[in-house]
Amino acid sequence: MNVEAMYQEIILDHYKHPRGRHLLDAPEGESYQVNPTCGDEVTVQVRRDAEGHLHVGYEGQGCSISQASASVMSEMVEGMDVANADAVRHAFVEMMHSKGAGEPDEDVLGDGVAFIGVAKYPARIKCALLPWMALQDAQVKAGIPSGEEGAGR
Amino acid sequence: MSNDLDVERIRQDFPILTRTVRDERPLVYLDSAATSQKPIEVLEAEAHFYRTCNASVHRGAHQLAEEATDAYEDARRRIAGFVGAADSDIVFTKNATESLNLASYAFSNATAKALHAPDSVDPRFVLRPGDSIVVSQMEHHANLVPWQEVCAKTGATLRWIGVDDEGRLELDSLDTIIDASTRVVSVVHQSNILGTINPVAEVMQRAHEVGAVGIVDACQSIPHMPVRVEELGADLVAWSGHKMLGPTGIGVLWGSREVLKEMPPFITGGSMIETVFMDHSTYAEPPKRFEAGTPMVAQAVGLAAAVEYLERLGMDAVARHEHDLTVYALDRLREMRGVRIIGPTDAKERGSAISFVVDGLHPHDVGQFLDDRGVAVRVGHHCAWPTCRRFDVPATTRLSSYIYNDTRDIDVAITGIRAAQDFFGV
Repeated sequence: MNVEAMYQEIILDHYKHPRGRHLLDAPEGESYQVNPTCGDEVTVQVRRDAEGHLHVGYEGQGCSISQASASVMSEMVEGMDVANADAVRHAFVEMMHSKGAGEPDEDVLGDGVAFIGVAKYPARIKCALLPWMALQDAQVKAGIPSGEEGAGR
Repeated sequence: MSNDLDVERIRQDFPILTRTVRDERPLVYLDSAATSQKPIEVLEAEAHFYRTCNASVHRGAHQLAEEATDAYEDARRRIAGFVGAADSDIVFTKNATESLNLASYAFSNATAKALHAPDSVDPRFVLRPGDSIVVSQMEHHANLVPWQEVCAKTGATLRWIGVDDEGRLELDSLDTIIDASTRVVSVVHQSNILGTINPVAEVMQRAHEVGAVGIVDACQSIPHMPVRVEELGADLVAWSGHKMLGPTGIGVLWGSREVLKEMPPFITGGSMIETVFMDHSTYAEPPKRFEAGTPMVAQAVGLAAAVEYLERLGMDAVARHEHDLTVYALDRLREMRGVRIIGPTDAKERGSAISFVVDGLHPHDVGQFLDDRGVAVRVGHHCAWPTCRRFDVPATTRLSSYIYNDTRDIDVAITGIRAAQDFFGV
């Protein structure tokens, strides 16, 4: 696999045209995560509405993988109920730890499947996971029940 | 290109340089500021020690122990000779970070002891609120964080010499930053991120004018140019073995005899004592006072083989070769659109570590494209995060060359940077 294959068109598109990149007016939880080896930064905010749907805000700076991942995450989980958002996050984390061997489920992950190639590059996995770790941590801080795996803690 | 070094011949001594990476591409190693590769002589010296005379040093009544001790102390003598020092002034550590911690802990340990037994320590190592410690804005974290810790423990204040837009120390302010309150001045000889070579003797002279202890981080200079430690004008000089063809796990702290003699120990335990009773101990003379526990014998032997290798090439020739490569790389980078060099843009008083940023591209993405072409570079903040902030960049890409690199390696890197620019459309 070459580098052009890792940088899927979907990833480049989200990097150049990030979706949902804004901060919330009244976040219930916020998490700032940084990748200390390269300086990638992302802040993720969450709020749950009266119907139990999750709303996500974010901003950040860093490499194409970390910033595209934040954009994909926002597009995927915005407006989902918490259980479904957690399922997407779990699927993404699992894919990134698959060393690129798994068959990611496009029905669950949507544009997120584009990151399967990144999972073959250990140095970049943390870039892709950074916003998702921030999402989980923001949920914890907001008291919104989140998945059991202890990332970010 | 000059003929100071026969790079083709040198490359044959480095087995790792024959391997391929990423789909059979030849390895282009431009990350020697992080760690250098090792010639076969170093690998064999270490293996030979383990095969023939491995034993614990400075103890035991058997022949192997004698031979191991000889090998260890002979390594100390050869490494001392490489930097024009006396062997008794060379302390072996795990790495340069430990060397700098050894120095910084002299101050926090002496300050703690002085609370209970003021007469037991040399007052020059005792710090109080109102005292200042001076570093620079281009320090590696290893020469910054330990001093932040000393300040937190003692109430001393950290100050720093600023860096100008060209990546040079702002020496105009030297006399105001280093003043009567200053007790320690610790600065880098050659910056690992900017490549700048600093006039450390001038800084050390100012330190001594005010009675401060002067320390130099020589990690990036001793591997790349002729250095006689006493000419740096410092009391203590720290560097590592693995950046100068030696093994990992071995670093050095040189100290003037007079300062080492008065410094309290850092890590304590076996080997560093003179006498031990249940309620107290007395300590060995330097360098043993600072070498507690079983030392890194095989690694010291390996480092001695590394300095012999460098001496055979001649450090003047090494420095000229790298200077020529630096001129070449700076020229190639300067003629690229969208590339900004972070650090001095000319090769004067500058080493071969060259940091740069590419407009519209994060260094991580540049590094990925270089890696795809077999080019190993460092991306990130290079353990000099405050320096990145000074230049308002989150991170940089860094090319750093050594004795086994030539202009073709630079050319492959330049092609990779262009490919990243084309792919991302910037």
